[in-house]
Amino acid sequence: MILTIAHKELKALFASPLAWVVLCVVQIIIGYVFLRRLDDFLQLQPQLANMANPPGATELVAAPVFAIVAMLLLFAVPMLAMRLIAEERRNQTMVLLMSAPVSMTEIVLGKFLGLTGFLLVIVTLAALMPLSIAGATRLDYGLLAGLVAGLALLAAGFAAVGLYASCLTVHPVAAAIGAFAVLLGMLLAGEVAGDSLRARGWGVVASFTQVLSPVKNFEPFGKGMLDTYAVACSALLIALFLALAVRRLDAQRLRG
Amino acid sequence: MHSTSAESIISNAPMPEPNAAATISARGLARSFGNHVAVNGIDLELRRGEVLGFLGPNGAGKTTTMQMLTGNLAPSRGAVSICGIDLLEEPVAAKARVGYLPEVPPLYRELTVDEYLSLAASLHRVPRARRREAVDAARGRCGLADTGRKLIGSLSKGYQQRVGIAQAIVHAPDVVILDEPTVGLDPNQIREIRALIRELGGAHSVILCTHILPEVEAVCDRVQIMHHGNIVYSDTISALKQFHSGATVMLGLRRPPALAELAALPGVAAAEPVEPTLFRIQLAAGGDPTDALVKQAAERDWGLYRLAPAQTSLEDVFVNLTRREESPQ
Repeated sequence: MILTIAHKELKALFASPLAWVVLCVVQIIIGYVFLRRLDDFLQLQPQLANMANPPGATELVAAPVFAIVAMLLLFAVPMLAMRLIAEERRNQTMVLLMSAPVSMTEIVLGKFLGLTGFLLVIVTLAALMPLSIAGATRLDYGLLAGLVAGLALLAAGFAAVGLYASCLTVHPVAAAIGAFAVLLGMLLAGEVAGDSLRARGWGVVASFTQVLSPVKNFEPFGKGMLDTYAVACSALLIALFLALAVRRLDAQRLRG
Repeated sequence: MHSTSAESIISNAPMPEPNAAATISARGLARSFGNHVAVNGIDLELRRGEVLGFLGPNGAGKTTTMQMLTGNLAPSRGAVSICGIDLLEEPVAAKARVGYLPEVPPLYRELTVDEYLSLAASLHRVPRARRREAVDAARGRCGLADTGRKLIGSLSKGYQQRVGIAQAIVHAPDVVILDEPTVGLDPNQIREIRALIRELGGAHSVILCTHILPEVEAVCDRVQIMHHGNIVYSDTISALKQFHSGATVMLGLRRPPALAELAALPGVAAAEPVEPTLFRIQLAAGGDPTDALVKQAAERDWGLYRLAPAQTSLEDVFVNLTRREESPQ
């Protein structure tokens, strides 16, 4: 049943021009960044040859591409997620799901998986860029796998936040702006609040803010580390916002 | 004040086919939004093979009731059971037996009719192997045979409405709840949909929620009228027709006398003006004042131009029940 809803979401996404526009814009931007980085890498080649332990193409070319995609997702996910609940409510199609023998949890998980599935297409696009030079240089596949996993977790975290924001209102645009504001706030919380708390000696509190910062959790993956704390934080973030979304939908059924 | 009048009418309502199993039964169903009481403890029972007409003016609480019966809205008080399964305790099992067409059909415009109906079937847990067959059957019954590959967004309003009905019956539910299913259809389509509703009433049971009184008289076995959140009338259509036929006549006079004069005629129980020259005459039980009326009208030169049995008795009931209660408030 979850898969039925996820499948429906994917189908609806690919039937809408928005998905294609997002894919197109993302592809243009990562293509440009990739080529620029590749150019820089080729120019740096003589200097790198003199270094004892030079960074490879994966580190210098692929990692920046993934970092850019993470930023693009910050803008794209709110727009894609606003449809999930808010637009269904606005078009009064939510009734189909609500009257069907499907639990709220199934609806939320289905919609979350549908959106995450679409975001994985974007992650795949990002992974294909560095893979295209696999024949010309030696890639660090471990680092690349880490980047893919990290970006997928980040995308799923963004999707969960976007889905929750979509539950809060019937105005898709308000949902999108809300989700964007929350994601931006989380970015700041991870960057600024974490550092300033740590500077005051509140290291424990600072490490809690990492739960709310998908971007912070992505960082260790970008360095080729598998940080279980970051993975746990991402999972907690996703679970938290999905649970909030289920609660929210249930409350609406009770309150009307 | 409402409840007293409601009870007096409901108490003599006969239940048709008392042996048939109840498919939907609601007890003391109530819902408030803040201080506003939308539905005030209503009872409702529907038996297999029955078509129930659910009537009421705008804002009477019809749609709220339908939302509660389909699990879209949790009731403040009361219980709903569908084929003996409690909707609040086991929502998934109960909802699988209900098909619902809301006022605005929940259509995904970007899907084709087949894709959409297949989605509806799988959401209602029709097994994959039978899904194709179920979709074809629903399409056939709703006159959508050759529109399977069309996008829903490109269909006309009438066809979209049919897709909405097809969606509600694709999983062969025990209860079909249709909220204003004939809105926006042309007269031919309305006839087809009514025939379909009658047909559905055979194997399933149907709740038809509507403003259109002739529709209720044409297809329903039983009628309930809702007003200010209460059921104010509940009876079978046949009882309604028997009871009211010939009980009132419409009298048109070009030069009418005083109202009291009309009311005083032998065999007349009451007279009320509808228009300046048109009167509704309530007949006294057993009396037939038609001869007297015609004679008086001729003798005293009242200018009789119309004398006819009052039409659409359901409309009288509806107007009486839902208007009379406005005044004391």
